[in-house]
Amino acid sequence: MTTLLYDGTFEGLLTAVYEIYERKLLLIKIQKGEWYSSALFEDVLSVITDEPRASRVLKGLQKKISAAGLQRLYAAHMAGIENEDITFINYIRYAFDADYNIEEDYGNKYVLRVSEIVRMVRREKHRMEAFVRFQKLGDETFYAAIEPDFNILPLLGKHFKNRYTDQKWIIYDLKRQYGLHYDLYDLQFISLDFVMGNSQNVIAAYSEQEGLYQDLWKNYFNSVNIPARKNTKLHMRHIPKRYWRYLTEKF
Amino acid sequence: MVNIDRITEKLSILADAAKYDVSCASSGSKRKNENKGLGNASNGICHTYTEDGRCVSLLKILLTNHCIFDCAYCVSRKSNDIKRAAFTVQEVVDLTINFYRRNYIEGLFLSSGIFKDADYTMERLVRVAKKLRTEHKFNGYIHLKTIPGASDELMHEAGLYADRLSVNLEMPTEAGLKLLAPEKNRQDMIKPMGFLKNEIIQRTEEKALFKKAPMFAPAGQSTQVIIGATPETDKQVLQTANHFYKNFNLKRVYYSGYVPVISDKRLPALNTSVPMVRENRLYQADWLMRFYGFNVNEIVDEQQPLLDLDIDPKLSWALRNLQCFPIDINRADLQLILRIPGIGMLSAQKIVSARRYSQLNWEQLKQIGVSLNRAKYFITCNSHKFERRDLTGTAIKQYILSQSQSKYIKASSVQLNLF
Repeated sequence: MTTLLYDGTFEGLLTAVYEIYERKLLLIKIQKGEWYSSALFEDVLSVITDEPRASRVLKGLQKKISAAGLQRLYAAHMAGIENEDITFINYIRYAFDADYNIEEDYGNKYVLRVSEIVRMVRREKHRMEAFVRFQKLGDETFYAAIEPDFNILPLLGKHFKNRYTDQKWIIYDLKRQYGLHYDLYDLQFISLDFVMGNSQNVIAAYSEQEGLYQDLWKNYFNSVNIPARKNTKLHMRHIPKRYWRYLTEKF
Repeated sequence: MVNIDRITEKLSILADAAKYDVSCASSGSKRKNENKGLGNASNGICHTYTEDGRCVSLLKILLTNHCIFDCAYCVSRKSNDIKRAAFTVQEVVDLTINFYRRNYIEGLFLSSGIFKDADYTMERLVRVAKKLRTEHKFNGYIHLKTIPGASDELMHEAGLYADRLSVNLEMPTEAGLKLLAPEKNRQDMIKPMGFLKNEIIQRTEEKALFKKAPMFAPAGQSTQVIIGATPETDKQVLQTANHFYKNFNLKRVYYSGYVPVISDKRLPALNTSVPMVRENRLYQADWLMRFYGFNVNEIVDEQQPLLDLDIDPKLSWALRNLQCFPIDINRADLQLILRIPGIGMLSAQKIVSARRYSQLNWEQLKQIGVSLNRAKYFITCNSHKFERRDLTGTAIKQYILSQSQSKYIKASSVQLNLF
């Protein structure tokens, strides 16, 4: 059993696949991170991400699965879910070793698992499209903080750009410390050194009517409730508590 | 905004009065943001959920709750002693835009009590939509209620600005409507539905020929019936729904379990609980008709005019039709697989994809997401182990109920208390 260490990038993952075939490795473990000394007696291989090797694997993979399938695999990996790297490695190996397209072979546990991860990622993306709450700042920028379970911010750009073409906005992932900024023309990833994470600072930067509309929204939310139909379990299933912090109607 | 307290009060009155309309969909349209304006309408998003677990997708309000009618089931009925309010067109526009920009909503659902007459009311609803579309380049979702009796010209104009239009049938049958809303006439509701149906078909044909032709209610029309205020059976309710799906091309029929809000000798008593289980079973049956290829007569008939509250309508159908089973999961058509209890649309599609690679066994079916506790009585797969006993429908139902912790077991003991 060889343990592969890689840098967590998709290129790194593809390089790891290259190493596996190059060295004819059979049983492996894979994890993100640096060389660690306690591994002295283990068989450890540190994968150095290498663009040419990664793109060779990518080209091969493109012949085995569809462009959409590759996109899904990429998004699933980018989500950054713990301990799933081995799923992606085995998925890619299965794709290479089979002489047909394996994308819909849900009887295979790796194919099924990737499809489950894709579903989880999609759901989180969809939730964020719903739960982002912009707050209008004095400089006309609409700012929203999020803490999604998975790294899905890059997947949000298209939706929000299409929808809010005529307003400046920032969506900031406080958990991963980076954001997406739209300036009426382009989308850019940004990282804010200043303390937008501190809600007091955001409130201080509010535009004049921001407080009013937040109150009206809370008022609306309470008015549409039908107490005779109360169903807390269903409510909690739809909006798990961890999302409440950033929902105007809930804080 | 001039008067914050007044607008806040109006919003609570007019949102509260609109909340019994259960339609919440914001999907089915494909309005794009091509004019560098605000918003788009596509797949529908639920932005939040009320404490009763219903989705909040649109800003759902009445323009006013003043009403000349006195329908027994309606909280805004003329004789009800409640606070009345009315928004101005500009107030609705401002609320919609400002909520939308903050990503609170997908758009606007605008309904109204009827003041003066049908045309006068409809004209104001249309004015709100027109202003949003033309002056504010708003491309978000707009659902307008069409007021029964409004002129064809106004309905036509409404269709040019709205994504979806709806006329509520209110009661599942004409007799029910006569009982609770004697001033209303079912023909007044059916006429605009017919007009819209023809208009939508015609406009869609035009659109296919000329790309530049204007959109007309791209998300179609829907309706709502109130359940449990009048004594109709599920058979009557579902046959009505089926009739309107078939003959009026409706996108959705909504079933709204009656919430007792007013005391009236024609209505269930105030302490009656909302028929939530029944409502849920009706939606399940509705799905079976629209997506699972079931005919309405297979779900309810003379012998079975009521849906079983303990179990879902698909399982109920399967138990009455044991001669159709067991179904071989590795061979049967998708249409048949969809009829197996415990297998939903997604699982069925996965099964049909996956079996091209290898014959599926129990473990794989479980992994794919099939509810084996129900499905196992109805299928065979790549295994020698399957249900061989010749079980009766009643026995299977007992086994399934004893194993499941239905969310309804407690709730279903509370029966609807009519009159």
